[in-house]
Amino acid sequence: MNNKITDQRAWLLVLPATFLVVFSSLIPFIAIVNYSFQIVFNMHNHSFIGWSTFHDALTNDEFRSALGRQVLFTASVLAIEVPLGIGVALTMPRSGRAVGPVLVVLALPLLVPWNVVGLIWQIFARADIGLFGAFVNNVLHINYNYATGTFSAWFTVVLMSVWHWTSLIALLCYAGLCAIPGAFYQAARIDGASRWAMFRFIELPKLRGVLTIAILLRFVYSFKVYAEPLQVTGGGPGTSTTFMTEMLTNTAIGQFAYGKAAAYGLLYFLIILLISYVFYIVLTRVGTSEGGE
Amino acid sequence: MARIDFQQTGHRYNEDGPYALKPMTHSWDDGGAYALLGPSGCGKTTLLNICSGLLRPSDGRVLFDGRDVTDVPTQGRNIAQVFQFPVIYDTMTVFDNLAFPLRNRGVEKGRVRERVRDVAKMLEIDRDLRRRAKELTADEKQLISMGRGLVRDDVAAILFDEPLTVIDPQLKWKLRRQLKRVHQNLGLTLIYVTHDQTEALTFADKVVVMSNGEIVQIGSPQALFERPEHTFVGYFIGSPGMNFFPCELDGAEAVIGDSRVALPEGLASRAHETGARSFKLGIRPEFVGLAADDEPGIAAPVEQIEELGRFRVVTAWVGEHRLVAKLSEDTEDLGSDRPRFRFPQRWLRLYADERLVEHEGETA
Repeated sequence: MNNKITDQRAWLLVLPATFLVVFSSLIPFIAIVNYSFQIVFNMHNHSFIGWSTFHDALTNDEFRSALGRQVLFTASVLAIEVPLGIGVALTMPRSGRAVGPVLVVLALPLLVPWNVVGLIWQIFARADIGLFGAFVNNVLHINYNYATGTFSAWFTVVLMSVWHWTSLIALLCYAGLCAIPGAFYQAARIDGASRWAMFRFIELPKLRGVLTIAILLRFVYSFKVYAEPLQVTGGGPGTSTTFMTEMLTNTAIGQFAYGKAAAYGLLYFLIILLISYVFYIVLTRVGTSEGGE
Repeated sequence: MARIDFQQTGHRYNEDGPYALKPMTHSWDDGGAYALLGPSGCGKTTLLNICSGLLRPSDGRVLFDGRDVTDVPTQGRNIAQVFQFPVIYDTMTVFDNLAFPLRNRGVEKGRVRERVRDVAKMLEIDRDLRRRAKELTADEKQLISMGRGLVRDDVAAILFDEPLTVIDPQLKWKLRRQLKRVHQNLGLTLIYVTHDQTEALTFADKVVVMSNGEIVQIGSPQALFERPEHTFVGYFIGSPGMNFFPCELDGAEAVIGDSRVALPEGLASRAHETGARSFKLGIRPEFVGLAADDEPGIAAPVEQIEELGRFRVVTAWVGEHRLVAKLSEDTEDLGSDRPRFRFPQRWLRLYADERLVEHEGETA
């Protein structure tokens, strides 16, 4: 029984999608790979230099220190946002009149465009006229100025990211918590479980799926962060808050070093891919091999 | 183990809303197996939650062995509960699942191990103790759910909330057998919520039939079948349900349209004493027979005959009311398409305003 119909015209149906993918990702990607092996001055003046840009990236301080700062930034942001997001989700009302307003308030930061968030914090945290900055300096009498102090600058960018993105984790976890059937809580109460035990053995395991997505999203977003810190600190003081994307932009547009920037970009991309993969593997396996008597 | 007393117990979810469970007073025996049976929304889950302490009744008291537990939360009631779908702690092994309630109560290690092994043995899951609970089948998970309640040595009652809903049909009988055996071994009071009458009738010694937030009858499966105290019970229990004919009383006879049925002695006068306005005559399809030529009977045109192997189900019309008769397969031919049916007096039940009219002749 062979009812298979052969009609090569079917390829035409695949064509639009193929074109789209080729133009949107494949060709630019290949161009980047091409650039990364050359020194490019302009379209008529470029020369092949092999692996030297990659060698450069792995040995030169510019790339490595930006990567280091990036890792530190992402780690601190995740370390604060994930527990905080779960905490917020746990305290949110599951029913009643308060649900709507709470959801709206939480979703608000997510609706603000990136560079507007940067602008808001640039003004809000200014030491002289910003509500937050002036408060810290004049009322708490703590010396705080993101334009001059490295710690102040870091504190501001991390705080801004927490303000902007904790809601995402909270909302995802909230959805996850709402999906847990009431019987689980009833059973836990019958078993005499404490609140902590309910969290540890019911809620956390049931949140695994949404947390995997939340952490992956937050990892990728924070690892690619650009507009927000740039608006506030401009990468400074010095290069203390210059993260990967900004370093890349400086290399490509500031120094016109397209080849080098392309190599950096490729490495950057591979690092994101690798860490995401590791995260995914770890998060989907965690808690599936423990236990015993 | 406990006797459970309800004293004017009732519940409303809203202060001025309707009763989800109308106030009622009942006493359930220690070691009894009770099935709460009724359609969705009849209040059986509300009653179960009142027993387990998940819900505090808005009216009345609940007593376990004479101790007032109305305000005692679930943790303090020593009950085990099995839910509609398996509730297990995914990340734990079977052993840890069973040990969880004991560990939460600070029981020392050696004792925990001993209890868990005993219970696992009884439930026949002792070979799975080291496995992760997540990997088990649905019926095994239900056993673990129950086991978590049983590991405590002070269990008062086991509550089942439609525990067979998600179990494969071929495993249902197996799980039911295991549940029943545990009940018999431990002599625990057992409360079983279901909307499936076969499940209720095979499981329980006492079936509690509920309708519209009210307990309409508590009785053995046989009593529910032979003497439904409410038309709802007659209609809900049995397949097909009981026949009911709105009727009027004339002397010692019931009048259904053009037909007359002689009632047992004294029944009609008892019915009049109730002061009810509407009467229904009820008879189970199983007890309807064909009248011999010299017997009184009700002629009814036949609409349909279903051959169901060992018996045949005949649908006929008495006036504008449907009559269903379950006749054995060896009954001779119906004779005509308008045969006469016999209603044996012994099985005739009269209902006044939907409630059974008690009658001395057969109450004993």
